[in-house]
Amino acid sequence: MGKTMAEKIFEKKVGKETRAGDLVIAPIDLVMGQDGTTPLAIQSFEEMNAQKVFDPEKIFFVIDHNAPSPMESVSRLHDRMRAFAQKFGIRVFEVGEGVCHELMVARGLVLPGDLVVGADSHTCTYGALGAFSTGVGSTELAVAMASGKLWFKVPETLRINLWGKLPEGVFSKDVILYIASQLGADGATYRAIEFHGPVIESLEVEERLTISNMAVEVGAKAGLMIPDEKVFIWLKRRTKRSFEPVLPDVDASYVETIDIDCSSLTPQVALPHRVDTVKSITELQEIPVRQAFIGTCTNGRAKDLEVAARILAGQRVHQDVRLIVAPASREVFLQALTMGWVEEIVKAGGIFVTPGCGPCVGTHQGVPGDGWNVISTANRNFKGRMGNAEAFIYLASPATVAASAIEGKIADPRKYLR
Amino acid sequence: MELRGIAHKFADDINTDYIISGKYKFKTLDMNELAKHVMEDIDPEFYQKVKPGDFIVAGKNFGCGSSREQAPRALLAAGIRGILAQSFARIFFRNAINCGLLVLECDTKDIQDNDELTVNLLTGTIRDITQGTVIKARPLPQVMIDILSEGGLVNYFKKYGTFRGV
Repeated sequence: MGKTMAEKIFEKKVGKETRAGDLVIAPIDLVMGQDGTTPLAIQSFEEMNAQKVFDPEKIFFVIDHNAPSPMESVSRLHDRMRAFAQKFGIRVFEVGEGVCHELMVARGLVLPGDLVVGADSHTCTYGALGAFSTGVGSTELAVAMASGKLWFKVPETLRINLWGKLPEGVFSKDVILYIASQLGADGATYRAIEFHGPVIESLEVEERLTISNMAVEVGAKAGLMIPDEKVFIWLKRRTKRSFEPVLPDVDASYVETIDIDCSSLTPQVALPHRVDTVKSITELQEIPVRQAFIGTCTNGRAKDLEVAARILAGQRVHQDVRLIVAPASREVFLQALTMGWVEEIVKAGGIFVTPGCGPCVGTHQGVPGDGWNVISTANRNFKGRMGNAEAFIYLASPATVAASAIEGKIADPRKYLR
Repeated sequence: MELRGIAHKFADDINTDYIISGKYKFKTLDMNELAKHVMEDIDPEFYQKVKPGDFIVAGKNFGCGSSREQAPRALLAAGIRGILAQSFARIFFRNAINCGLLVLECDTKDIQDNDELTVNLLTGTIRDITQGTVIKARPLPQVMIDILSEGGLVNYFKKYGTFRGV
């Protein structure tokens, strides 16, 4: 019987036959920590009396979750990260450079076949490049920094085949929201997912990242895709490091296979306060919104800002709506400036904030008021997620968020794209 | 190693934002400060009610969401010693073990709020004293029992420097 991508990546790393269910100690290719999790990891690192990091070239810190710092206590935590990084020669992506998951892929740091851990649950994003990447906590980040290794249970794999062709106005975000509605918030817990099929092949790398990003929202340990020519072209401009893609065997053994035809899919919206309570936009009653947010590690990339600008061009954001845009990185921001998307969005009434995570995670730069409905391109709509438990968060694609900002209610983007 | 305490019952899909909101966790590493806000958005009285040694009893997918280790650590600081749930989100499950918080998967549906429980870590036996029932938990992998027995991954790593028996 053949093997899945997850089984083959672990097998390659540990250098011996592995199957789903095996416990292994595996060497890690890359370790990532952000400012919400790294200070605690540094504390654990010091408590375990670790004297050095295994390889400073393979560790990256990103200051993105609470950046620029809104208060002195946060500034101290950021300084603690900087001091630790300087001591050990670790690269820090500073305030405003971007969201950790965007930087790890856009800077060509993660490659197909890599085993990556990050102290952030959405580390599964890099699965779209064919890497096995997964989220860990701060103490495991500390052990990974010190030893370059962690223990893993090789996961079983759920295969999802995405058939057909995405209709106009329907995006990869709609696909993953629909998958969440079908699987439920714990539908893939302890498992890896492999995404296959013509829909994945048709998507650009940027769009694929959105799907792998949200694999954790159905509980998955990783959300893998087969690296293809598009991935190789993407990497060619970004890295000089050589790599060896790991592909699943044609007769790989999956714990379950799910087939979804995407040809008749409509724009999808996740309703508060669950990622898996998802409806087609055509089924929704009129839902007024007070805040619209475009950004995050899920949907803050160039293609996302491009479609938002296309919809907002010549339009006016509704007077009751605050439209906040956070580009996923400085490069995305610069591209949006060059292409005129920033101008379109700002002329329409939107505002731009620092590339980073602030509004999504409820730390600053867009905390909603009591009773507000928010429509967001983020990956989570838990009660209190954006910093106010009295707000209601809806999740949708950047196109749906842009259309909703114009109309002041959750709106179907398809009429703006025809 | 037997623990004894009162059950605080919660529903399915208790996420890490409910356990400790992002708006607090970024400000401080002081777990005693974070402990005052655990479960605040879904049970504002939780911190007042909980006594040292108590348990959280929940449905499925406990701890879904963020990788923030502040979640299990703040629960520990609030006095919680163990969590019994039908299933756990995987990052939370590992984080809990790594910081010395007992997590066991078992059938929790008959345990009621405020029931008195005893939990044996090594045998995975849970006694509901109030109901007079016994529940068996799914066994943990040996590596997790070893980490818990050392009081968490920091102590484990200090002692062994690597993972044993994996």
